[in-house]
Amino acid sequence: MSTVNQTAKGEHHYAHHFRDAMHEFLTSKEGIWVFMVTEILMFGGLFVGYFIFHALYPETFHEGASHLAWKMGALNTVVLIASSWTMALSIHYIQRGLNSKATMCLIITILCGFIFMIVKYFEYTSKIQHGLLPGKFFHYHEAVSQQLPLYFGFYFCMTGLHGIHVVLGMSLIGWVLYRHLKGEFNPHYFTAVEGVGIFWHIVDLIWIFLFPLLYLVG
Amino acid sequence: MGNTHASGDNYINHEKGLWSWLTTIDHKRIGLMYMIVILFFFLCGGIAAMLIRLELFASGPLFDGNTYNQILTYHGAIMVFMVIVPGIPAILGNFFLPIHIGAKDVAFPKLNLASWYVFMAGAILAISTLFTTKIDTGWTFYTPYSIKTGTAVVTMVMAAFIMGMSSILTGLNFIVTVHKLRAPGMTMGRIPLFVWAVYSTAILQVLATPVLGITLLLLAMERTLGVGIFDPARGGDPVLFQHFFWFYSHPAVYIMILPAMGIVSEIIAAFSRKTIFGYTAIAYSSLGIAAVSFFVWGHHMFVSGQSEIAGIVFSFLTMLVGVPTAIKMFNWLATMYRGSISFESPMLFAMGFLFLFAIGGVTGIMLATVGLDVHFHDTYFVVAHFHYVMVGGTLMALTGGLYYWFPKMFGKMFNEFWARISFVLIFIGFNVTFFPQFVLGAMGMPRRYADYVPAYESLNKISSIGAWTIGVGFLVALYVIIEGLMSKRIAPANPWGAKTLEWQVQSPPTHHNFEVEPVVTAGPYEYR
Repeated sequence: MSTVNQTAKGEHHYAHHFRDAMHEFLTSKEGIWVFMVTEILMFGGLFVGYFIFHALYPETFHEGASHLAWKMGALNTVVLIASSWTMALSIHYIQRGLNSKATMCLIITILCGFIFMIVKYFEYTSKIQHGLLPGKFFHYHEAVSQQLPLYFGFYFCMTGLHGIHVVLGMSLIGWVLYRHLKGEFNPHYFTAVEGVGIFWHIVDLIWIFLFPLLYLVG
Repeated sequence: MGNTHASGDNYINHEKGLWSWLTTIDHKRIGLMYMIVILFFFLCGGIAAMLIRLELFASGPLFDGNTYNQILTYHGAIMVFMVIVPGIPAILGNFFLPIHIGAKDVAFPKLNLASWYVFMAGAILAISTLFTTKIDTGWTFYTPYSIKTGTAVVTMVMAAFIMGMSSILTGLNFIVTVHKLRAPGMTMGRIPLFVWAVYSTAILQVLATPVLGITLLLLAMERTLGVGIFDPARGGDPVLFQHFFWFYSHPAVYIMILPAMGIVSEIIAAFSRKTIFGYTAIAYSSLGIAAVSFFVWGHHMFVSGQSEIAGIVFSFLTMLVGVPTAIKMFNWLATMYRGSISFESPMLFAMGFLFLFAIGGVTGIMLATVGLDVHFHDTYFVVAHFHYVMVGGTLMALTGGLYYWFPKMFGKMFNEFWARISFVLIFIGFNVTFFPQFVLGAMGMPRRYADYVPAYESLNKISSIGAWTIGVGFLVALYVIIEGLMSKRIAPANPWGAKTLEWQVQSPPTHHNFEVEPVVTAGPYEYR
């Protein structure tokens, strides 16, 4: 079992195979970044598929985008960017020992995630009602382009996978918030907040690419 | 921490009981846990291989076609996803990478344990398909058949996805460990070549596996939602699946072979008692192979209808892989030149690797040639080629590596005589099995068929007899391991006189590997 080194104050702990707390912090941060590379590559496969079929059927993607509510997408973009800001602020406040402000920022970040998912819920519901569904479930009768089911395949795969990441991110921020309320973080130790923050920013960044590609290609 | 351990205390008896193993975050114990399950899966995949050769022993059907397709698929899927891809990094990499660089553990020990559980979850899911509708697509899950077949494709694909996640987490752990946890004085120019190889592999695992992940997810969605991305009826393209699949799976071939090359570097230096020739060249050629491997996937698709220009470009890029590979071969040979070579069993396996991998590599260059590949595509020539690389390369090195490090891992000596017998059986059996398959392939015998015309019968008989010889050889190797574990022959700290760090600590190592953090002042192969 790992031995945890603790100083007298109990605020400066790190696992036995590290030299000091900074060593542990930098190592963890690099791990998170490498993991983010894998996330980007996974979405990369979808983006490559998107570009191939967009090049093959530009009209389909144009038509597909016209069925999306770009205002809702834009709202969600703003919400996510705001949440990235509050996420970054929470780390800023923890580093300065302003714990209650940090708590507030983490709560706002989670709320932004909820707003994003609620907007997404309304968007999905409207698509489902109109039969704008992927592949074999597609039953919208006024489709001009034959490949429109494929477009909605991409729409649901890309936003769905992203949505799963938003929910994961919210849970992780919830976990960080819980640990923060227990007083585990301080200006010398905030690794988990930093790591979850990086994850949350990447999830936002992916949305920033998804939004123009899916909603604004028209 | 920091206390001097009473002699006899080591990582195996540091804590007791099954629970202490299932919850361990000691990289050495996790390596052993991988070893147990991977050797078991190797046995399963091996049984499937024996059944394949039983069917092909004579012309005329023994199993029906569906059963044969299922056996073939399980052989491929088990051997690739559950044995060869995780094999060396997860067993020997886990055990020795931290010790090699003078660290007490990997960067993220809990994540390391989680990787094992994720791997087990994927493996159990994969095995569970045996009790449902099974799977018959071949390990490559090619569309459109994988969309249409009524077998358990989604379950198997999710299993491969989950095992891929485990592979990513292991790779991530190793990259960060090599970057951040090297002991003082352990510069990147002083890490052993095994570490360079596993590190290059880790980069491939991290960069390529996510693409496999999304490909498999898309295939699962194709089957459940009928998304249409791989379905021409909906405007999709089945060949796109091949592009996506090989974009991962070609680098995966190097995920399978690079760690083997690392083991061979260690063994050849140790048993030639000579400073390795061209350390820098071998180290950077690992990175070179890793880099080139991302730009060669199209050589699996010369007859898929991709453009001729693409074919020619992929052909040249593929031949480029031969350069860093040959650099390694020549450096190993130069290391042996005028060395004080001794032929203990690990060295026999390393030399067997050189011989078989050379054949596997050269036939790879033949297959990279577009004109020849049009003839050889989907024949037994291809089967022989990749078995020379994966069995003749990776599994020979894995077996040699297990023998080489056995004294360190368990503190016991294995029986050298029976270890050599296992080498002779595996080496001869291997050539008897797969060399005739080159000839069969050149004669035009297609792969993956349950039956063949009588003209191919005599060579197939030879091949099957060879396969059973390999089977016996690996059983002997298993006996060597079990007999060694139960024996009372205590291993010294450094039975081979090797110079890397793991041989400077006691056998088996203590819980923390090093009681005092080592300070490194020289390279890993300062023999003479």
